[in-house]
Amino acid sequence: MTKKTTDQKADQIYQTEALIAEDIDAYLEHHQHKTMLRFITCGSVDDGKSTLIGRLLYDSKMIFEDQLATLEADSKKMGTQGQEIDFALLVDGLAAEREQGITIDVAYRFFATEKRKFIVADTPGHEQYTRNMVTGASTADLAVILIDARKGVLTQTRRHSYLAHLIGIRNIVLAVNKMDLVGYDEAVFNQIVADYTAFANSIGITNFTSMPISGFKGDNITAPSANMPWYKGSALLPHLETVEVDATLDQAKPFRMPVQWVNRPNLDFRGFAGMISTGAIRKGDAIRVLPSGKTSTVSRIVTLDGDLEFAVAGESVTLCFADEIDCSRGQVITIADAPTEVSDQFETTIVWMDEHEMLPGRPYWLKIGTQVVSATVQQPKYQVNVNTMEHLAAKTLDLNAIGVANITTDREIPFEAYAENRDLGGFILIDKMTNATVAAGMIHFSLRRAQNVHRQALDVSRENHSALKNQKPAVLWLTGLSGAGKSTIANIVERKLARMNRHTFLLDGDNVRHGLNKDLGFTDADRVENIRRVGEVAKLMTDAGLIVITAFISPFRAERDMVRAMMQPGEFVEVHIDTTLAEAEKRDVKGLYKKARAGQLKNFTGIDSPYEAPDRPEITIDTTKLTAEEAADIIIARLIP
Amino acid sequence: MANKTLTHLRRLEAESIHIMREVVAEAEKPVMLYSVGKDSAVMLHLAKKAFYPAPPPFPLLHVDTTWKFRAMYDLRAKAAKDAGMELLVYQNPEAKEKGINPFDHGPLHTDMWKTEGLKQALDLHGFDAAFGGARRDEEKSRAKERVFSFRTANHRWDPKNQRPELWHLYNARKAKGESMRVFPISNWTELDIWQYIHLEGIEIVPLYFSAPRPTVERDGLILMVDDERFKLAPGETPKMRSIRFRTLGCYPLTGAVESEAKTLPEVIQEMLLTTTSERQGRAIDKDQAASMEKKKQEGYF
Repeated sequence: MTKKTTDQKADQIYQTEALIAEDIDAYLEHHQHKTMLRFITCGSVDDGKSTLIGRLLYDSKMIFEDQLATLEADSKKMGTQGQEIDFALLVDGLAAEREQGITIDVAYRFFATEKRKFIVADTPGHEQYTRNMVTGASTADLAVILIDARKGVLTQTRRHSYLAHLIGIRNIVLAVNKMDLVGYDEAVFNQIVADYTAFANSIGITNFTSMPISGFKGDNITAPSANMPWYKGSALLPHLETVEVDATLDQAKPFRMPVQWVNRPNLDFRGFAGMISTGAIRKGDAIRVLPSGKTSTVSRIVTLDGDLEFAVAGESVTLCFADEIDCSRGQVITIADAPTEVSDQFETTIVWMDEHEMLPGRPYWLKIGTQVVSATVQQPKYQVNVNTMEHLAAKTLDLNAIGVANITTDREIPFEAYAENRDLGGFILIDKMTNATVAAGMIHFSLRRAQNVHRQALDVSRENHSALKNQKPAVLWLTGLSGAGKSTIANIVERKLARMNRHTFLLDGDNVRHGLNKDLGFTDADRVENIRRVGEVAKLMTDAGLIVITAFISPFRAERDMVRAMMQPGEFVEVHIDTTLAEAEKRDVKGLYKKARAGQLKNFTGIDSPYEAPDRPEITIDTTKLTAEEAADIIIARLIP
Repeated sequence: MANKTLTHLRRLEAESIHIMREVVAEAEKPVMLYSVGKDSAVMLHLAKKAFYPAPPPFPLLHVDTTWKFRAMYDLRAKAAKDAGMELLVYQNPEAKEKGINPFDHGPLHTDMWKTEGLKQALDLHGFDAAFGGARRDEEKSRAKERVFSFRTANHRWDPKNQRPELWHLYNARKAKGESMRVFPISNWTELDIWQYIHLEGIEIVPLYFSAPRPTVERDGLILMVDDERFKLAPGETPKMRSIRFRTLGCYPLTGAVESEAKTLPEVIQEMLLTTTSERQGRAIDKDQAASMEKKKQEGYF
């Protein structure tokens, strides 16, 4: 650090300390009026992110003596900076990471200056961790993109910039780091900025602030560096202290508040609790609740500290209405004259965050605002190569993949484009079995189809069809390993029902794959689509009044549950044709197990593709104990008692 | 319409309230872990705000070691009563029976009373979500902790298998038997906590303020002789010192600082001018490097 910056910093600290020592009340008064800025730092493994954050903590006096002592000891033991303090060790948290020397997760750090409190998301630069960067960026007002002055704009720089832009960060700081290692050379800095500008413009980043720094030496961190008199811009910290935060801009937008919880302590009070997403609300404002569209006016804005006259974006409040209207968790309160759109089909960008790939057609939970609905993702329109920004064809998305795909929800939800409102346009997808958060998504717009394709009301109803046939429609869904005996049993069931004058139809796995589903293979994604189509066909047939018998391996619980949900309650009868893998393999009627074992057949259920047995099937048939005839009788007895 | 500038404390407050309401809306049986310390005091205050005019719709749970400062026990019942909440106190019966104490049993004391005690209490009542007052700025491994932290049916924390948390969207879904620990004040720093206590006039244990108290010095820590169970070494006599505490736990494990700060502004003043971190006063962190991370994996809060 140069003499000049040292002096300035020392001055600043001295003044603050003098105020604290002499007039603590004045200091507290001042510090209760700080604002808050959340930002992320991104860069490649060796760009010096952790060092920069360590430096910010150190320079803003967030490091205490005992921590410094530990740091000095650690620096000598495992530091990478010789005898000097390795600031990176301050922020690399988990033991395993410290040994590897890589930050592998999102860590949050805190420091404060005279003007602001800062929350820093330290996000990894490692190749496979798009997921963590998107997570860290989702709450950030600003991104610091670090570049190693010796290396210039790298693939990772492009990726981080793309992701920051994708997640909607308006304030981007290009910090060209390690200037000390290139002799504080202005030409090097200018070249990097020129390279970056060309790239940034190509992906739609029109505005960013660039600065030459050294996190290690402290140049242009808290004050202008005397080593780079040619740089006339602001140092990093003063820039962070003055940049406009998103929360201020959000207040100017129309009022929206997702309802979190209905507060009903007694019969006289009914309040709707939530955090205001955008805009402001005043007592007496006319509001509209979506998706119901019911309107009322705000009678009270309730807080523990007394009622408010008005409240703004970012505040957690409780609203009371003048009228008793239906309003519950998941709904969105909007200003009456500028409500949001409501839809059930969207074009979205999806960032896949799970080790199991996305399965188009499989239902996932979708959480948006305070609402959870069931949703299916269609096959992606394309996947984005985050290094080259190229659009690639894709059938699915795997871990860290980003793609554009349409999503359908099982009911209409109030929403806004992500670019307008992160709370009502950003969502997560949750796996229904594991409950893992598998993806983050951003709504672009509602598909017009949702607005324009209406259901045609039909004169002859499913009840009419069913009455004409004098039977209750049903789906007998036979699931089990290949060779368990599904087709054999299904065939006997249909024959026996036909003899009883029942109108039936048998959908058999192999047969359907010769026609309707001949375009599908045996990957997980294709298996899901296979079952989705069969489910839709079975549903139409039950509308027609038929008893449908199906014989499909249908290995995944999620899809069987999806088909169950399509049918009327009680209509879906899940029949587990249960046999051990050893037994099925011993029978091997079609010779498929032999082929699979020999490696000639990929994705074979039971061998290299999983079978998820039903949790609570209506009927379980143990084929090692029952003949096919006996099994068929048990199934029919359930259907026609 | 007029604008309002939200200060950092108001934004932190709104975020914490949002988190608490999400838990109440999505969990089946939440509980708030209450340790009587300053962070708990702030968390409890935020809970009152989140659900006003209703009282917070969950009980308070104190996992007691029987070795807390007496002043903490005094405030405990009062705080719960003021908030209109039920107070549950749990003491691990096995630790009680074996007379586990910080003088004779070292790390086992924390393990049995706190780590095991907490697991037992959560299992006993079948709580599926527990609010805790941990903050990310306390310790390095906490910096990566999620706000919603999932625990297996055995209460283990798997740092490699945490759900990503985006925007204000928290995924609270879980399988039967699994539970979550939720940290609504994750993003608060020690200074934020003090400033908020000052601003809101929150009642805290008087031990945070300086007073003459009987003490002994051991291994560089100033310990307070809070009751007759304190085992004095031969020749050791308690000495009156003007002390206060920056953090409160079991009294024989909690180091005091010598101080003249008798009011909240004075405490904050000292804190701002001080040069040692908060956790330095806690003996339990010093067991080994990365000790907190290890404890967390085992189920310590």
